[in-house]
Amino acid sequence: MIDWAHFTPWTSLGGGIMIGAAAAMLALLNGRIAGISGIIGGVLRPAAGDMAWRFAFILGLLVAPAAYGLVAEPAAPTIDAGYPVLLLAGLLVGAGTRYGSGCTSGHGVCGLSRLSPRSLAATITFMLAGFATVYSLRHLLA
Amino acid sequence: MNAISAFVVGLLFGTGLIVSGMTDPSKIIGFLDVAGAWDPSLAFVMGGAVLVGFIAFRFARRRTASLLGGAMHLPTARQIDRPLILGSLAFGVGWGLAGYCPGPAVVAFGSGQDKAVVFLVAMIAGMALYEAADRHFHARRRRRIPRELSDVAGDA
Repeated sequence: MIDWAHFTPWTSLGGGIMIGAAAAMLALLNGRIAGISGIIGGVLRPAAGDMAWRFAFILGLLVAPAAYGLVAEPAAPTIDAGYPVLLLAGLLVGAGTRYGSGCTSGHGVCGLSRLSPRSLAATITFMLAGFATVYSLRHLLA
Repeated sequence: MNAISAFVVGLLFGTGLIVSGMTDPSKIIGFLDVAGAWDPSLAFVMGGAVLVGFIAFRFARRRTASLLGGAMHLPTARQIDRPLILGSLAFGVGWGLAGYCPGPAVVAFGSGQDKAVVFLVAMIAGMALYEAADRHFHARRRRRIPRELSDVAGDA
C-alpha cells in the first residue's frame, strides 16, 4: 500500500538528479567516488596530500542546510529512534560501511552507475537488511 | 582547485539530499517499511542519481586523468567477498534502526539536530573501531606478506 500522503516523486527525483550531478562532478573533476563513508573514513586514515578535498567536501555537506535555508524553509524532520538506538545504529553504520567498503552513496549511487556487480550485491544486501530491520521493529516487536 | 571543487560538490550533494527529503529519517523508514504504508520516494532519488551518474561514469571510465589534472581514483575491486556482505548487512541494520545513512547524517549534523549529533558521533566511533581492528589484523598479516603485495582495497 503506497503512502500517498508522504510520497514525493518530483522533489525526490529532482534531489536525486542533484546528487547524481554532484557524483558526476566529483568523478570527472577530482577523479573520486562520491562515497560519503569512504570520504569520512579516509580522514581517519590520514595520508599526505589526500586530506584537503575530503575536508572541503564534508564542509560542503555541513553548510548545505544553511545554504538551503536562504532560499526555502526547511521541513522539520521526524526522528523516532531514541538515544540508545541512535548510538547502536551509528556504531553499526560506521563500522559496517567501512567493512563493506561503502554506503548508499558509494555503492548505491556511484556503484550502480558504474554497473559494478560488487556494489549491486552490497546495495541488495543493505536494502534487504534495512527492510528486515524495519519489518521486525514495526510489525513483529511493535 | 581540488578542494574548491570538492566543496562545491559537497554543497550540491548535501542540497540534493535535503531537496529529495532524505535528511528526514522518517522518510527513509517509510521506504524501508514495505509491509506498512510504503513511501517509494527513495527509489526516485536513486533513480534520478543513477541516471545522471551512469552517463558521467561512462566518460570518467575512459579518462586517465581528472579534468583538474589529478589521478583517477576509481574502484577496481570486483570480488563479492565476505567483508562486503557482512559490512553491508551491519550497515543495513543500523540504517533501518535509525533512518540515517552517512551522507544525510552529516547534513543533519550541519543543521544542528541533537539526535543527528549523537548518531554522527557514534558513526565516527564505529569507523574508528573498524580502523583500529583493520590495523591490528593488517599488522599481523604484514609480517608474512611483503608490503608491496598487500594492496589495500579502495573505497566502494
